Amino acid sequence: MSILVFIEHKAGALNKTSLEAIAAAQKLGADTGAKPSAVVLGASSLATEIAAYDLEKVLNVEHAQLGDYTPDTYAAALEQVIRATGPQYVIMSHTYLARDFAPKVAARFGKGLIGDCIRMKVEGSKATFTRRIFLGKLDADVVSEGEPPTFVTFQSGAFRGDQAQKGSGAPVELTKVEVGEPRMKPEAPFQEARQAVDLSKADIIVAVGRGIKSKDNLALAEKLAEVLGGDLAASRPICDAEWLPIDRQIGSSGQTVAPKLYIAIGISGAIQHLVGMKNSQTIVAINKDPEAPIFDIADYGIVGDLFEAVPVLTEEIKKLKG
Amino acid sequence: MKILVLMKQVANKDAILRINKDSTWIEEADLSFEVNESDGYALEEALRIKEKVGGEVVVVSMGPPRAKSVIKDALARGADRAIHVLGETTAHLSPFAAAGALAAAIRGEQADLVMTGLQSDDYGYAQTGVILAELLGLPHATIVIEVDASGAQLRVKRELESGWYQWYTMPTPALLTIQSGISQIRYATLKGIMAAKKKEIKEVAPAADVLNQPSHQRIEKIYLPQKSKQTQFLGAGDAKKGAAELAEKLRTEARVI
Repeated sequence: MSILVFIEHKAGALNKTSLEAIAAAQKLGADTGAKPSAVVLGASSLATEIAAYDLEKVLNVEHAQLGDYTPDTYAAALEQVIRATGPQYVIMSHTYLARDFAPKVAARFGKGLIGDCIRMKVEGSKATFTRRIFLGKLDADVVSEGEPPTFVTFQSGAFRGDQAQKGSGAPVELTKVEVGEPRMKPEAPFQEARQAVDLSKADIIVAVGRGIKSKDNLALAEKLAEVLGGDLAASRPICDAEWLPIDRQIGSSGQTVAPKLYIAIGISGAIQHLVGMKNSQTIVAINKDPEAPIFDIADYGIVGDLFEAVPVLTEEIKKLKG
Repeated sequence: MKILVLMKQVANKDAILRINKDSTWIEEADLSFEVNESDGYALEEALRIKEKVGGEVVVVSMGPPRAKSVIKDALARGADRAIHVLGETTAHLSPFAAAGALAAAIRGEQADLVMTGLQSDDYGYAQTGVILAELLGLPHATIVIEVDASGAQLRVKRELESGWYQWYTMPTPALLTIQSGISQIRYATLKGIMAAKKKEIKEVAPAADVLNQPSHQRIEKIYLPQKSKQTQFLGAGDAKKGAAELAEKLRTEARVI
């Protein structure tokens, strides 16, 4: 077996980014001449579901300790599966769960992950993985060196889950592992007070970031949102500073949105923010830094002082809407 | 409680980055540096724990001589002493090697708690803390937003995705990686800055066997990201003019107004 793809779930329910990981593994497999296998920890019915994809086999790893996720138990189980099957690549989605335990597994093989990749390219036997560095300002092409396995995680959205190929039914193999008592004890996951604002249904979103400088300046963005008939949102630093409540936060730790119009004001566009809004239909960015990553995904950009641009934009739109 | 806080010095967030001529890293000559954002929150959390339960906060930074400014700032904010793992090239170690060098430098400290930020703002590996926990044989939790160290066991609140959270209980010693923005970071007072001058900064060399081990991943080149969209830049530097053009485009081209 030369490619192993890790399938993530919450209480047996598939994490959809795992389909992206399957698509990535299939692409890597097609380029290197190998059919990937999948591994599912502690969710038998999900293993059967995953067998519908075009895979060599699905390893269904069952153990009483694999019911609730902990880094200790997951690391122990995955390490054993890797040792038993000897893959050249271990492919995962770069989720919070993978971040929590995958480096621990890699460390047991004397290495780390090639993490949070956005692209890959295979030429002959050489695979190059591209990851963002400096909070998205630069890209780095990275190659793996030394002995397999190579651990690669892909950023959410790097591959499309709907492009994961279905197959004729992969065999599901029950796999035994030894897992001890974890040192950390999890309590049940919970959501903080139900989100009062559901931005996922908004047609127009005006979002503010660090560039807005003070809470008082939020009024500028508020006014723009008002004339557009849109909702106000923010990047993480604004919610951390409690200038806006957390249910207005867009990004990996907040809401994921795809409105018709997204206006990013003073938002540089760290990856964690971009994953929450990059599928918006029309993206506008207003930022003083011409190198800000937000411009990579913007349809319209204004490089300059937001305190000059936003009031004019608000007035002009008011006129157009007359 | 003895708490070690790992802090990394990184390029200033607002710095304009220039790529070096080999396209392997950035030009560092005229760059300004600052403490990695989430590491600052790790220090703040450590100081708050110390205020509640007593003990000692030791700041650990690995990097060239310029990393001293991060250390001095942490001492001024209230850390008790520091360890500087002094190396010119340590910033470019793989996460496994970086964790190895840090493990060798701090193993003898026998800390109750090791804290650091959830990822660095330069390489952004988000792994060094977890690998370090593995090398030291400690239980860990990542992306932590609240720590309760008052009981016999540690209780920590972790951030999951999409607005979910989870509490974990674990014994000490343990390692935690801290999320940015979980508290208000204190400023260094004048008294703190004066007191810092008398605090110990121990310099240690990174373990030679770690520096010499082969890397498992290598950066071939770095470059400006390929654009996924062709951005129309409006106003040519005049923000007001750009705004007026934008309103028109949103109506006639994008048809969203």
